[in-house]
Amino acid sequence: MRIRTVVALTGALALSLTAGCAKGGGAGSSAHTVSYWLWDANQLPAYQACAKGFEKENPGLNVKITQLGWDDYWTKLTASFIAGTQPDVFTDHIQKFGQFADLKVLEPLDDLGIDASDYQAGLAANWTGQDGHRYGAPKDWDTVALFYNQKMAGDAGLTAQELNSLSWNPKDGGTFEKAIAHLTVDRNGKRGDEPGFDRRHVKVYGLATGGAGDGDGQTTWSNFAASAGWNYTDKKRWGTKYQYDSKTFQSVIKWYFGLAKKGYMAPLTDYSAGANPANAQVAGGKAAAAFDGAWMISTYYGVKGLKVGTAFTPVGPTGKRATMMNGLADSVTKNASNKQGALKWVKYLSSEACQKTVGTYGIVFPATPDSTKAAVAAYKKKGIDVTAFTKPVADKKDFTTFSFPITNYSADVYALMHPAMQDIFGNGKSVSSLDETTDQINLILDQ
Amino acid sequence: MTIASSSPPSRLPLGGAEGARTKPRTDRSRAGENRGDGRLAAVFIAPALLGFLVFLLWPTLRGIYLSFTRYNLLTPPEWVGLDNYVRMVNDPIFWDSLKVTVEYVLINIGVQTVAALAIAVLLQRLTQSALLRGIVLTPYLMANVVAGIVWLWILDTQLGIGNEIISGLGFDRIPFLADDTWAIPTIALINVWRHVGYTALLLFAGLQAIPNDMYEAAKVDGASEWRMFWRITMPLLRPVLAVVLIMTVIGSFQVFDTVAVTTLGGPANATNVLQYYIYGAAFGRFQFGYASAMSVALLVVLSAITFVQYRLTRAGQTDLG
Repeated sequence: MRIRTVVALTGALALSLTAGCAKGGGAGSSAHTVSYWLWDANQLPAYQACAKGFEKENPGLNVKITQLGWDDYWTKLTASFIAGTQPDVFTDHIQKFGQFADLKVLEPLDDLGIDASDYQAGLAANWTGQDGHRYGAPKDWDTVALFYNQKMAGDAGLTAQELNSLSWNPKDGGTFEKAIAHLTVDRNGKRGDEPGFDRRHVKVYGLATGGAGDGDGQTTWSNFAASAGWNYTDKKRWGTKYQYDSKTFQSVIKWYFGLAKKGYMAPLTDYSAGANPANAQVAGGKAAAAFDGAWMISTYYGVKGLKVGTAFTPVGPTGKRATMMNGLADSVTKNASNKQGALKWVKYLSSEACQKTVGTYGIVFPATPDSTKAAVAAYKKKGIDVTAFTKPVADKKDFTTFSFPITNYSADVYALMHPAMQDIFGNGKSVSSLDETTDQINLILDQ
Repeated sequence: MTIASSSPPSRLPLGGAEGARTKPRTDRSRAGENRGDGRLAAVFIAPALLGFLVFLLWPTLRGIYLSFTRYNLLTPPEWVGLDNYVRMVNDPIFWDSLKVTVEYVLINIGVQTVAALAIAVLLQRLTQSALLRGIVLTPYLMANVVAGIVWLWILDTQLGIGNEIISGLGFDRIPFLADDTWAIPTIALINVWRHVGYTALLLFAGLQAIPNDMYEAAKVDGASEWRMFWRITMPLLRPVLAVVLIMTVIGSFQVFDTVAVTTLGGPANATNVLQYYIYGAAFGRFQFGYASAMSVALLVVLSAITFVQYRLTRAGQTDLG
């Protein structure tokens, strides 16, 4: 009798295990539910509001939103593709787009009737794969600008106007380097441009470090490289050769990381994405300024006791200012359990109605020009001037915007560039070492 | 096993309940009793065996198969023969990560074993306090990831409280997790901090098995604590110490989580330990074939090291009695 019980219990346990495994599918989707993932907690309320509007227009459909932090988001998304538990719709990043295209896990969105001219220039085009199909519906956009501590700038005698009219070059760093040096203060109170400055014992760095920048340098070196006339790849999209071996690029990198050697920029050893990103260095009073993206506006302005200003990226050797303009999109997964509902939801997300709703929250710039205006107004209401982020998109005479590199094998490029750039920044390896790394990358792209 | 001979007679009537009831209990044959025990044993072993087959043996065999393929998990694997192994042998990052891992293991196991032994001996010779034994174990109760993050915050170059103290004492700040020479020793010591209590407890259990009269006899002869440690404790603890070493070395070679939350393998590839490199190849770059080949290499390395350790330390024999 007892043994039967044991056998029965073991059997029941085994059954429940297998049943448990089988049950996980579909991420809770059904014909009436559309599952949607995003990573930015700040944006969650805005998209919940959108979901309400969508559900009103589509009775019988409801949207289940899941928010996960950036790192977990991609890990979990990858795992969900493998396990078959992927969301119907997810917020997609251009950096990952190439890999998802390689893996063929996205559903073409050609039938949604996305008209590129409805959105800010360039946003829609980036989400077309090499096969000519559209895989993302434009959602929002961001640019990069200089955040600075107003009090520290004031103490250094730098006005907002001066900070907005800086220029730089890879030889002597121009007025930008002078300003950053002047914002730097060592432990004896000497500024970076004063005689007797102790670069080994810096109390406040002029510029925070955002790490070595991997292969894109979005919030670190990218604006300098682009304003010197450099591009990541040989073609605007789906290039087949990376150009990290360019002499122009290498001279920019040498100068940029050189700021740390001079003591004006926090060294790589001060940076850890987990504990001490650029915004934490500014918030902690360890750095006077930092390049960061528009998605960080609320974070910088939200720090208690810190008065923040923003300024344009400096004018480069090309005579223009440059800033990366990146846009997120919503993608539908190929094996979505509710594909029809998913397509409807994406159509709604990219519509003026939802974009305007998101804009009024003043947390992100939605992709259509009108909803961008709504966002600018919402920021203004909070007392935040976002000109440093919006003007580069509107003013093509003085500004260049460029996109994240979009190529195949983006994960391999990252795996090679991440340590290579750290080696240069942290260990003082020569920039010419990038020649070899570039060869390795281009060899992979040639496959 | 003495259960069969000492347990009270009990009928184990699998599928034979009718017959069992009609036969007198004393009339039962020995063979029947053994067969019953075998079945009972099988039932008790079954869950563990099932787990072993499903979660260990099958994945291992499949991993070995996948190491000969090109596989991205989403499309069927494609047989490529020895390609992944050829690539591995020619991959400088693989060899570098193996070197980094060995460096980590040497520091981690070296410090941990000495510290754990010291704690265990102190626990045995100085105190009977269960509270102290409990305190020693507390870091082990914390998840590895949590321990990693807490230490990352404490040791941050600019904002960490650890570096604030160092700087307050007038020393230069130390980039514990951000400098290529400091990073591996720091991660190794974070894991020593977390695991030393557990290791000490294992060794402490081994010490409890050493008869106390040996120490009493030695004391009567006027031996010092130092001499007793080397002449009594160490020789008699050897089998336990050997098993603990084998277990901790295997665990140490598989370091992953602390790296994943503190340094992400950086700066440059300074902390790119093998498991982290394998993880990146598999889940970052979707090269499951190559990742499997490196996993097989790790399996071979660990098997070899365990075999050598087992032989060198005579872990299967005791000098007691």
